[in-house]
Amino acid sequence: MQVHAKCKLVKKEKLKEDIYKFSVESKEIAENAKMGQFLEIRVSDRIEPLLRRPISIHNINGDIVEFIFQVKGKGTEILAKKNEGEEIDILGPLGKGTFEIEEGKNIAIIGGGIGIFPLYELAKNAKGKCNVNMYLGFRNKDFVVLEKEFKEVSVKFVLTTDDGSYAEKGFAINFLKQDIEAKRIDKIYACGPLPMLKAVQSLAKENNVPCQISLEERMGCGIGVCLGCAVKINAGEETEYKHVCKDGPVFDANMVEI
Amino acid sequence: MNTEVNLAGIKMKNPVTVASGTFGYGREFSEYIDLNKLGGIITKGTSLKPRPGNKPPRVCETTAGMLNAIGLQNPGVEYFMENDLPWLRKFDTKVIVNACGSSIEEYVELAKVLNTLDIDGVELNLSCPNVKAGCMAFGTSYEGVKEVTSQVRKVLDKPLIVKLTPNVTDITLPAKGAEDAGADGVSLINTLLGMSIDIEKQRPVLANNMGGLSGPAVKPVAVRMVYQVSKAVNIPILGLGGIVNGKDVVEFMLAGATAISIGTGNFIEPEVSIKAIGEVEDYMKRHNITDINEIVGKVQMN
Repeated sequence: MQVHAKCKLVKKEKLKEDIYKFSVESKEIAENAKMGQFLEIRVSDRIEPLLRRPISIHNINGDIVEFIFQVKGKGTEILAKKNEGEEIDILGPLGKGTFEIEEGKNIAIIGGGIGIFPLYELAKNAKGKCNVNMYLGFRNKDFVVLEKEFKEVSVKFVLTTDDGSYAEKGFAINFLKQDIEAKRIDKIYACGPLPMLKAVQSLAKENNVPCQISLEERMGCGIGVCLGCAVKINAGEETEYKHVCKDGPVFDANMVEI
Repeated sequence: MNTEVNLAGIKMKNPVTVASGTFGYGREFSEYIDLNKLGGIITKGTSLKPRPGNKPPRVCETTAGMLNAIGLQNPGVEYFMENDLPWLRKFDTKVIVNACGSSIEEYVELAKVLNTLDIDGVELNLSCPNVKAGCMAFGTSYEGVKEVTSQVRKVLDKPLIVKLTPNVTDITLPAKGAEDAGADGVSLINTLLGMSIDIEKQRPVLANNMGGLSGPAVKPVAVRMVYQVSKAVNIPILGLGGIVNGKDVVEFMLAGATAISIGTGNFIEPEVSIKAIGEVEDYMKRHNITDINEIVGKVQMN
């Protein structure tokens, strides 16, 4: 079930210079949310900026829904200026393609940069049910965020920076690769920049490991009517598109051409 | 208070419909609004055979608007009649199918199928700017519109509304083409051809390079064209282009529209169409208007 609700901003935290964590109150969204889903947020009641902003759900805690966003343009700039106590206009939870976990599996969760946020709810739910191996990659030490929170929901935890300015040097996928080749992983979950997702996709395919990836694409409506956020499907000779908002945002990695 | 209007032979409980391509076939919005309250639903552009659509990115936001180049992705008329139409017919609202094609033959074949269906009317799409063949290629001239419309008219008994493109110098010419070919009404405007460039990549944002501009940014152009067409033809007008509230609805009706469609506005507020109906009723009360039809074309020019 999806709702259109005015949700009270109960807590606003600045995680980095341009990254904010918002905790909003919505019993309906919290009760209905599934791992990997997103929200469509209207940042003002004006017609400029016009469209809602799709932002993934980071965590559900009772009636509280948390989402994290980076200030990137005029929409997120306005959103970042909201104060605690203000109401935020939200459609959600959205998306039919969600993360699925099977109990007792050795799972790998790999995220890069601001792509790590939707992976938290997954890791939190998988903790105790699965053996959670976490691989998070950031550009350098200044970009590292939520290390403690993600560490708490992991059994194995690897953090990398591209330049080695903090923790392990290199790309997170190289560490995942070692564990996959050692047959220590039953399923992979990924979210992050496109080059990382492409590398994860081929790694999973080569080693025949099931893999779910969370995608993003420019959206119009967020609810499956405008057909804007198209993603190409592997359909042999035929050209076929599915949609990030309706069929995703989480897809079986073998299904999509990214 | 009467809000009922007769659009090209389609009697609607109020003048508010939802625009093609912004409402799918209604299912997604049924989670947010009561479809029974709408005057009508114009379906997603539907073709004879399924169409995959264009490569992404297909949409991007612009100032008070957006560009799209979806490329008429749709499951085809057969899928529509088997899966969506029976579901849509459960609601007490008019169903108008937006029909698109790449050739006159395709439009005619599609119209033959549509003529057999339990639908209230057809909106003939001669105005999509985002496909290589057909559509807008027919819609920019008097002769082009007249030719396709008259061929379709021969096989279609249902109310026929021709959707016009604003990408012309004189919108009254294609409008007259539709009227002279026997159309029951015209709808306008479809999107304005536009382009947005990513200055970092120095490339257009859309994979299709160009796309159709919609949203509040286009409203003054649409109002002007509705006015011009209303003075040039004697068939009713379905007006659209940037409507996001009841005030906008009234503005289009004053300009000459018998009914209106809300398009991009649906993406911002799923309830916008229902709210607009209420706001139109409020306007009628404030101005002691007992019949909504009284305001159609009532603008007094300076």
